[in-house]
Formats: sequence, structure tokens, C-alpha cells
Amino acid sequence: MKYLEPILEHGLLACALLSVGTTIGIVGVLAFETAAFLREVPITDFLFGTEWTPLFATPRFGVLPLVSGTLLVSTIAMLVAVPMGLLIALFLSEYAPQQLRRIVKPVLEILAGVPTVVYGYFALLFVTPLLRGFIPQLSAFNALGPGIVMGLMILPLIASLSEDAMRSVPRGLREGSFALGATRLQTSVRVVVPAAFSGITAATILGVSRAVGETMIVAIAAGQQPRFTANPLVPVETMTAYIVQVSLGDTPQGTLEYRTIFAVGMLLFLGTLGLNLASQWVRSRYREEYS
Amino acid sequence: MTGASAAIARRRRLDIVFQATAAGALIVALAALAALVVDIWAGGAHRLSYDFLTGFPSRRADQSGIWHAITGTIFVMGLTAVLAVPVGVGAAIYLEEYGTRRALARIIEINIANLAAVPSIVYGLLGLGLFVRAMGMGRSVLAGAATLALLALPVVILSTREALRAVPSSIREASYALGATKWQTIWHQVLPMAMPGILTGVILALSRSVGETAPLITIGALTYVPFAPDSIWSPFTVLPIQAFNWLSRPQAAFHENAAAAMLVLLAILLLMNATAIWLRDRQQQGLR
Repeated sequence: MKYLEPILEHGLLACALLSVGTTIGIVGVLAFETAAFLREVPITDFLFGTEWTPLFATPRFGVLPLVSGTLLVSTIAMLVAVPMGLLIALFLSEYAPQQLRRIVKPVLEILAGVPTVVYGYFALLFVTPLLRGFIPQLSAFNALGPGIVMGLMILPLIASLSEDAMRSVPRGLREGSFALGATRLQTSVRVVVPAAFSGITAATILGVSRAVGETMIVAIAAGQQPRFTANPLVPVETMTAYIVQVSLGDTPQGTLEYRTIFAVGMLLFLGTLGLNLASQWVRSRYREEYS
Repeated sequence: MTGASAAIARRRRLDIVFQATAAGALIVALAALAALVVDIWAGGAHRLSYDFLTGFPSRRADQSGIWHAITGTIFVMGLTAVLAVPVGVGAAIYLEEYGTRRALARIIEINIANLAAVPSIVYGLLGLGLFVRAMGMGRSVLAGAATLALLALPVVILSTREALRAVPSSIREASYALGATKWQTIWHQVLPMAMPGILTGVILALSRSVGETAPLITIGALTYVPFAPDSIWSPFTVLPIQAFNWLSRPQAAFHENAAAAMLVLLAILLLMNATAIWLRDRQQQGLR
């Protein structure tokens, strides 16, 4: 048994190191193919070009239409998820009785656990037709419907993390506010939200990161037309939807077209990594405040 | 004086209006969830039949089935569990029981926190570049499961660590005091006590993998697969991918098939979550 101990410890360490290996694998694969891509397409054309037509006879590789599509859908999603998420968080932490909280939280978790392909169905065949009743010029594929549905998907994340932040605001701060004659609304807006602000910000940034990386909703319901526009009524294509579009065809390895998905993937990875690091940084500052 | 009491009355009213608005936001969210479930039920429930569950894809919507996708989902999920669970639990044991104060463990922790937030489609690109191409696995069950295992790993590690942390240190100290080695303590005391928490985390991580579509599409799982997978080298499809495939066709009849496949998918997820909760409750009672 004595001899086994160090062997076991090293085996367990190897398991833990596999996660570092995963990161190295992601960066390695993306960097390798992106480098090959950038040897053929100048990086300025890629980052600042406004035409994305890699599948045409005369291909153009300007990624901005995909970036604008991603930002457009994510913005719509956040316009739904942040106000509603914060309202729900405030309601659960400041107003709702304990029993209601205990029932509602698991139900919201169900909302977060629904597979994204199901949300895509909902966006394409329920929300978009519903919206077309009010906005006749809305295309069958558009940014608005999937954006709203994506907001619903992200809402539980923001509500749950913000509520955690609000509940960790010390009870005494609230009682002080009430003692000065403030209503619950005044206490919520002037005391709880400012005190939980970094937690709420971290949750919001994480929500943006989730929206940017979300794939199936937009691949199903936003269309596949890269378009440099801020109009939510017409079909657009996001970075993730482009990767799906190319993956559906049988693209031969080593072609420029095959490499585009890794270059787009690299951009996606760096963008979400930046957001995640920002979220962690904001939250670690918050921890210092209360310890 | 009247001015002040009017201001107070206004503030009270505002408070009630705000409470109603916030409750309204919650009701809207719950109504959306209800609309989603009802919409999919209305869209696909009538397609659920024995023939649909045991059939194979067809060019005609009303003759299509999902047996290939059900078996594919179960096969991929099982292999994902085999790959992800031992490694994930092992990594968690190392981080929680062995390397708590080492710089290396700190680096691994930061790394896992960031991996957990990487978009799933990026894992698909990793799987495509590494498993499908570089390691020559092709578009097989094994490549799909390996990709999903890497995706599930951070979740398994994080939830296992939480379960291990919940085991009181007095249990470990009592074991050491009786002369047990570190591993004996972990194997005979800590792991059995943490098991309900670990199982719950594992099932929840797997249920997330079952619903994953994007990474499997990226590694090329969306092909016409009119048979059930019979080995880890078989090409395969899974329920969400079959649903996506039907959903991207223009005919409404295929959309009904997609809704029916999603109902089966949701039923599987519900079953997994219920199992997780049942296991946790049962084990907790056993411990008392």
C-alpha cells in the first residue's frame, strides 16, 4: 500500500492536468489553422473587411458582417435578459416569501436546462410568427426573434447569479435603510443594487459571453446571410452560425474554406475568454469588499 | 405636513407598482416556459407512436422514426460518462485532497474556471481538429463522446469538488488517527460520503451533454445515418441533431417530426434530472 500512494497521487495529478491539456489543445488547434488561414488572407482584410463571401467564386474574407450579426443578436438578448433578470432577482431576494422562492428557483433552472435546439424551434415557429403579426415586414429569418428567445435562455443565469449577489448583501444595510423610513423599492434601488453591483455586473458580462457563444438558436432562426447591418428585421449570420453552416457541408480538410471556421472560432474564443476574465476580475474585487 | 404625507403615499404606491412589475417579469418568464412546452407538445405529440420511436429516417416525413437517434444518444452519453467521470472525479480528488496549497493546483483551478465558460462550439472545433482529423477517429461515436467528455469535464470537476468539500474534515482526521493512509482515507471514508453529491453532479453534467448539438455538428455528426450505431467506430447521430436536421427543412411535416424528437429528448432529460434528485434523497436518508 505504501508504494501505491505516490503512484495514485501522480495518476490523479494527470487527470487534473488533462484540463490544462484541453486548453492547450483548443489554443493549439485554433492557432495552427488560423495561422495557415492568415498566410493566405491578410489580417487587416479579415478583421476590417465588410464583406464575408468565402463560398463565392471570388471569395471575400471580411469578418465584420459575422461580428455585427453576433453583436446584434446578443444586444437584443441582453435587452431582454438584463432588465427581466434583475427584476426577477430583486423580486426573489427583496419581495417574495421564502416558499415562493423555493418553488421558483428550480423552475428557472429548468428554463436554463432546456436544450438550445428546442429554443431554436421556439424562435423559428412560435416567436417569429407571433412577431410578424405586429411587424409585417419581419423576415421569416431575422435577428429579433432569436434575440428575444436567447434573452429568455440567458435570463435564468443573470437572475440566479444576481440574486446570489443581492442575498449576500449584509442584512444590516437593509435594516439601516428601513430604519430611516425608506420603502422596499428605495432600499432595493439605492442600497441593495449598489452594494451588489459588482456581482450583478459579473453576471451580466457572463450573460454576454453566453450570448456570443450561443449557436443553435441563431443557426436555426436567424438565417445564414452574412450582412453588415444593425437592422433586426432581416436575416443575418453570426460567427457561430457560420461555423455550423460550413460544418453541414462536407468541406475537405486543408482548404481555405475549412480554415475559415477555425479563424472565426479563434475570434470567438478570444472574445469570450476576454469576457470571462473580465467577469472574474469584477467578482474578485467584489469579494474583497466584504471580507 | 400634508406635502410630506403625500410624498410618503406616493413612495408607497411606487413600491407597490414596482413589486407588481417585478412579479410581472417573473410571470412573463414562466409564461414563456409554459408557451415553449405547449408549443412543442402541440407541434409533435400526435407523431409519437411505436413506429416513430422504433423507425429510421425516411425521405417521407410520416414514415420517419428516431430509433437511430435514440440509440445514438444513449451510446454517446454512455461513452461520454465512461471517459469523463473517472478523469473528472480523479482531477477533483487531486485538487481537493492533495494539491490544495500548490501553485500548480492554483493554475489548474483558474484554467478549469475558464474552460467552463468556453462556448461549446469551440469544443467542437477542438474535436474536429484533434479527434476527427489529427487522431484519425473519423466522424465516429468515439470522436463525438471524446468531444462531449472534454466539454463535461469542467462541470464534473467543479461539482465533485463541492461534494468533497462537504465531507467534514473530522472524518479524515479520525481515519488518519486509526492509521489509515491518505488514499485509504479517500477511498473508504471520503468518497462514499461524497458519493450522492458526486452522482448528482455527474448526472446533471451528462444531461447537459445530451442536449448539446453544436459541437457534434462541428465534428460532422449530421449525416444521413439510417441505422443504430453498433461500435465506437460507427457513424452516428443524436436526438438534438436529428431534430435540427428536420427543423432546417421547409416542409411543415418535418417540423412535426422535429417537435416529436424534442419531446423524446425532453423526456430523457426529465428522467435524468429526476434520477439525480431521487439518488440524492435516497443516499442522504441512508447516511442518517
